[in-house]
Amino acid sequence: MRKSSGTVSIFGNDIDRNFSLAKKCIGVVPQEFNFSVFEKVQDIVVNQAGFYGVPRRQATANAEALLRQLNLWERRNEPARNLSGGMKRRLMIARALVHQPRLLILDEPTAGVDIELRRSMWEFLTEINRAGTTIILTTHYLEEAENLCRNVAIINKGEIVENTSVKKLLKQLNREVFVLDVSEDLTECPSVLNYQLRLRDPHSLEVEVEKGRPLNDLFAQLAAQNVAVVSMRNKVNRLEELFVTLVQNHERQGRAGGGL
Amino acid sequence: MTFAQQWVAFCTILRKEVTRFTRIWVQTLIPPVITMGLYFVIFGHLIGERIGQMGGFDYMSFVVPGLVMMAVINNSYANVVSSFFSAKFHRSIEELLVSPTPSYVILLGYIAGGVLRGLVVGGIVTFVSTFFTNFIIESPWLTMFVILLTSSLFSVAGLINAIFANSFDDISIIPTFILTPLTYFGGVFYSISMLSEFWQGVSQFNPILYMVNAFRYGFLGVSDVDVHLAIGGIAAMLLCAFLLAWYLLHKGRRLRS
Repeated sequence: MRKSSGTVSIFGNDIDRNFSLAKKCIGVVPQEFNFSVFEKVQDIVVNQAGFYGVPRRQATANAEALLRQLNLWERRNEPARNLSGGMKRRLMIARALVHQPRLLILDEPTAGVDIELRRSMWEFLTEINRAGTTIILTTHYLEEAENLCRNVAIINKGEIVENTSVKKLLKQLNREVFVLDVSEDLTECPSVLNYQLRLRDPHSLEVEVEKGRPLNDLFAQLAAQNVAVVSMRNKVNRLEELFVTLVQNHERQGRAGGGL
Repeated sequence: MTFAQQWVAFCTILRKEVTRFTRIWVQTLIPPVITMGLYFVIFGHLIGERIGQMGGFDYMSFVVPGLVMMAVINNSYANVVSSFFSAKFHRSIEELLVSPTPSYVILLGYIAGGVLRGLVVGGIVTFVSTFFTNFIIESPWLTMFVILLTSSLFSVAGLINAIFANSFDDISIIPTFILTPLTYFGGVFYSISMLSEFWQGVSQFNPILYMVNAFRYGFLGVSDVDVHLAIGGIAAMLLCAFLLAWYLLHKGRRLRS
C-alpha cells in the first residue's frame, strides 16, 4: 500500500525520509495467509527475523519463545501446510513479532476463527500490549474494538470519519435500545405512555430511550399491567450503532457537498 | 540497515533458497543429471564416435563443456524464476517486502541461490562426464569466472521473468521458446565453423554462443569467438539485467498493490 497524501511517522521515523527504520518498528499480520506452505513452521519465523537483520542465534531464541507462547512449538518441524487455520493465523502472529517490533498491525486477525481461538487471541494481544507493544487492529467486529481498544478510528470508503478514544466515542451515543425479557408469554404489546415499546416475540419487548432517562416509570406502567420483567440487556453492540450513525452522517455530508 | 544486518538478510535469503532446492532435490538436482547423462551416452558416445574430431578434440570432449554450460544456464534460470514466482504467487514475497531488507540485497540473495544451484548441477554433470571421457581443465580460474558470470546473468534473467509473469505458464514461455533454441544453436553440440558463412553470421547474434565458447575456452583452450569480447559481452549483459531487476524490485513493479 502506498501513501496517497500527508505524512506518516512511526515512532518519530518519517516513512519518506527513513523508511528502513520505520519498517523495523513494525510487525504486520495480514488477513490472508502469506507464507510458503512448504516451509517448516520454525523456518518461517526464524527467516523473517533474518530479513530484519536479527542474527541467527537471537532469531532462533525469539522464535522458540513465541512458538511456545502460541502453542506451536510441538509443530515446529512440520511444513506449514499441515497446520489448521487457527494455527496458521498464530504462526503469522509469531512471524510478525519475531523481530520484536514496537508496533504490531493486525488486519482482521479474528476473521472467520472460532470463539475459543478468538478469545485466546484477545488474551495474547492484551498481554503483549501490556508488555509495551502498540497494536493497530482493523476489524469488522466492533465488539472486538470496544473490548480491546483504547482509541478507535472509523474509516468509511478510505476516509477517517472519526478518530478518538472509545470512551469519548461512546459518550456520543444519545439513544439506547433495551431488550426486556418477560416472565409470561405476551400476545400483544402492552400500551405504555411516553415510551416507544415494541413486541419482539411473546417473551420479550424492545424499548428505545434517550440516554440517561430513568426507566422507573416504564417498569411501573408494565407492573400495573401485570407484566413482570425478569431481565434486561442492550439490544446491539453500542459501538456498532454509533458506527452506522457516523457512516450515514458522513455519506449524507458527502452528498450535500456536491461531490467534492 | 547496517552492513552486518544486510549480511544477515542476504545469508537468510541464500539459506532459504538452498533449503528449497535441496528439499525438492528429486525435481531440481536429479533430472538435469539424467538428461545430461543421456546426452553423453547418445551424442557423445554412440553418435560421437562416428563424428570423429571437432575443434581438435574427440567429439565427447568437445561436447562436455557445452553440456555443462547448458545445465548451469537452465538451472540458474529455473531456480530463480520458479522460486521468486512461487513467492509472488503465494504472496510470501511480502515477508521480504515488509522488511527493511534493501532491494539490492534481495536481488543478490536470489542471484546467489541461482548461482549455487547452477554450480551444484554443473559440478554433478562434470563429475558424470568423467565416466565418459578424460579431460584436464585448461584454465580453471577462467572456467570458474565464466560460469559465475553466466549463472549470475541467468539468475537475474529468471528474476525479471518472474516479476513480469502472471501465471505458471508465463515462467515456462521464455525457457521453452527462447532459451532452449538459443542454447541448442549456441554451439553446444557443434563448432560454428561447420556452418555456412551466412549462418555463422547469424550465430554471432546469439549471446549463448559466446558463453558456451568462453567456457569451452577455459575448459579446452579452443573457442569459435574472441574470448575477451565474450567475457566483456556477458559482463555488460549482466550489468544491464542487474540494473533493470534492481529498478523493478525497488519500485515494487508488479509486486506491490
